Amino acid sequence: MDKIVSAKDAIAQISDGMTVGIGGWGPRRKPMALIREIIRSDLKDLTIVAYGGADVGMLCAAGKVKKVIFAFVSLDFIPLEPYFRLARQNAEIDIMEIDEGMLLLGLRAAAWKIPFIPTSVGLGTDVIKNASDLAIINSPYDEKEWVAMPALKLDVSLVHVDKADKRGVCQIKGPDLYMDDWFARAAEMTIASCEETVHSDYFSGADEARFVHWERSETSAVVPISGGAHPSSCAPFYGFDVEHFKEYNASAKEGGFDAYSGSYIDGKDESEYQEAVGGLDAIISLPLPVY
Amino acid sequence: MTITATEYKLCELMICAGADAFTGNGEVLATGIGVIPRLAASLAMKTSNPNLMMTDSEAWMLSEPNAISGRKLGDGQHKESWMGFSRIFDNVWSGKRHAMVGPSQIDQFGQTNISALGGTYGQPKVQMLGVRGFPGNSISHKNSFCVPAHSKRVFVGGECDVVCSIGYNEERLPKGYSFEDIVLGLVITDLCVMDWQGPNHQLRILSLHPGISIQNVIDNTGFKLSISDSVSTTKAPTKEQMSIIKSLDPKGLRYKQLLNNPAGDRR
Repeated sequence: MDKIVSAKDAIAQISDGMTVGIGGWGPRRKPMALIREIIRSDLKDLTIVAYGGADVGMLCAAGKVKKVIFAFVSLDFIPLEPYFRLARQNAEIDIMEIDEGMLLLGLRAAAWKIPFIPTSVGLGTDVIKNASDLAIINSPYDEKEWVAMPALKLDVSLVHVDKADKRGVCQIKGPDLYMDDWFARAAEMTIASCEETVHSDYFSGADEARFVHWERSETSAVVPISGGAHPSSCAPFYGFDVEHFKEYNASAKEGGFDAYSGSYIDGKDESEYQEAVGGLDAIISLPLPVY
Repeated sequence: MTITATEYKLCELMICAGADAFTGNGEVLATGIGVIPRLAASLAMKTSNPNLMMTDSEAWMLSEPNAISGRKLGDGQHKESWMGFSRIFDNVWSGKRHAMVGPSQIDQFGQTNISALGGTYGQPKVQMLGVRGFPGNSISHKNSFCVPAHSKRVFVGGECDVVCSIGYNEERLPKGYSFEDIVLGLVITDLCVMDWQGPNHQLRILSLHPGISIQNVIDNTGFKLSISDSVSTTKAPTKEQMSIIKSLDPKGLRYKQLLNNPAGDRR
C-alpha cells in the first residue's frame, strides 16, 4: 500500500462545503503547506474545526470559510489573529464558539461514533446561549442538567507530523501531540504532511513505535514536505517564525491578505514559497521558543 | 522573623498578594497565565504551599518552577511527568487545579470575558481570543483573577459582553447547582486585593495597596462593592520573597507588566 501523494493531489480529494479539522495548536505544528494548497485551490464554503492560529486566519482571509468551530484563534505571542479578527468584525463567517475541552469531547464523540458526550462545561456561560445547536439534557443518574456536546464529525483532517512511512504510520516526537490523534480519528479521511518519509523498518528501532499515536488505518494520505509547518513550529525540529508572523500580522493593517498571498502563496508552489521565506535551511534552523 | 523589604515595585506587591491566593490549596496544579500570575503561583510553590504542582507552560509537569526569564534553550528543568494539552483537561475536570487569569472584563457576579467586546455574536465590535478554556475552568475548579489596570472598563456594570465563565449569578445557575459549586478566589489588582465573600458573594475589598483609598477603588469599579470590616494595607513583600522573585525572573520581565512600573508604596 502506498499513500504518498503530492499536496495538490491530496487537497483535490476535498470538496466544497466539507468539514475540515486542522491539527496543531495556535502557532504550533500546523499543516501550513496543506493550508497554502487549499488557498491556491478553488475550494469554498468549508467548515473549519481547529485550535486555531494562522491556519484559520489565512483560510478566512482567502474566502474559503463558511463557518469556524473554535475555542480560540491566536498566534500566542501575538494574542489576536489579525485576519480571523477582521472576518469576525466584518461578519464574514458563521461560528460555533465552544470551550477548548468541549472541542476535544466533540472529536472524541465523533471518533467513538457516539452522538454526544455529556459535560458540565459550558453551563452558566454564553457558550450554551449562543451556540444554538448545543442541547442541554437531564441525566438518568442525577438531578443535574448537562451539556450534550455533539460529535464533531469531520470529512477530512489535516495534520503535520515528523516522520511517516508510505503506509501511513505517522510519528510525532515533539513534546506535545496536541489533539492530532483525535483529529485523525474523528475524520473520514486524514491527510498527513510530514517532515520526512521513512522506511517501515524505522519504527522497529529503539522506542520509535512509542511515538506513533494512531493506527495507519486512520491516515489516508501522506504528503512529504520538509518545513511544511512553517511559519508555525514543528518541535523538536524548528520553532515558529516570529519575524514572518510579525510581517503577516502587519499585512492585515497595510496591504491586506492579497498582498501577503501575492508575495508568498498565490502563483507559487511550496518550493517557491520556501525560497521566498529564506529557504528550507533557514526554516529548519528557526530556534525553538523557551517558555 | 520576617524582614520586610523597604523598596519594592507594585508588580512585586501584586506577586506576593497573588501568592497568598494559593495558600492552603493543597496538592493542585497552579496555573498562572501571564507574568504576574505565573510568578505568584511559582512564589507560592517555593514558600507557602510546596505541595502545589506546576507545568513548564508547554508539555511537562515540574517539581520546581522554572524561571520565567533568563532561561536558554536546552537549560535543564525539573520534569516530573508528561503533561500535554489533552492531559490538562483530565486535570481540569478532576477539579485539582487553581488558575489565576487576567480577564478583559469582570462583572458583579464574578463572570468574566476574554472572547469579544460589543456588537453581536455574529458581528462583535472587537474580536478577542474566544472563550478558550474559561467555561470548563470555571465550572471545574478554583479561579482567581489578576487585573493590571483596575478600571470600569474591566470591572463592568451589568454583565460581561460575552460571559465566558460561570459566576455567582442566580439567573444563570444550572439546574442542580448551588453557589457552593463555584469557587472564586482572590482578585489582585493594581489598587487592592479583593475576594467574593461579601454578602451573597458580592466582590469585597480585603486590603488596599499603600497609598490607595477605598474611594479610589469605588471610583474605578463599575458595580457596588462590599467593604470588609477590617480593610488592611496589603502586606509589603519580605526580603525572602523579593529574593525568590528575583531568582524566578532574573531579567525583570515583571517590570514591564504595569504602566510606568510604579513603586509599591504610593504614599
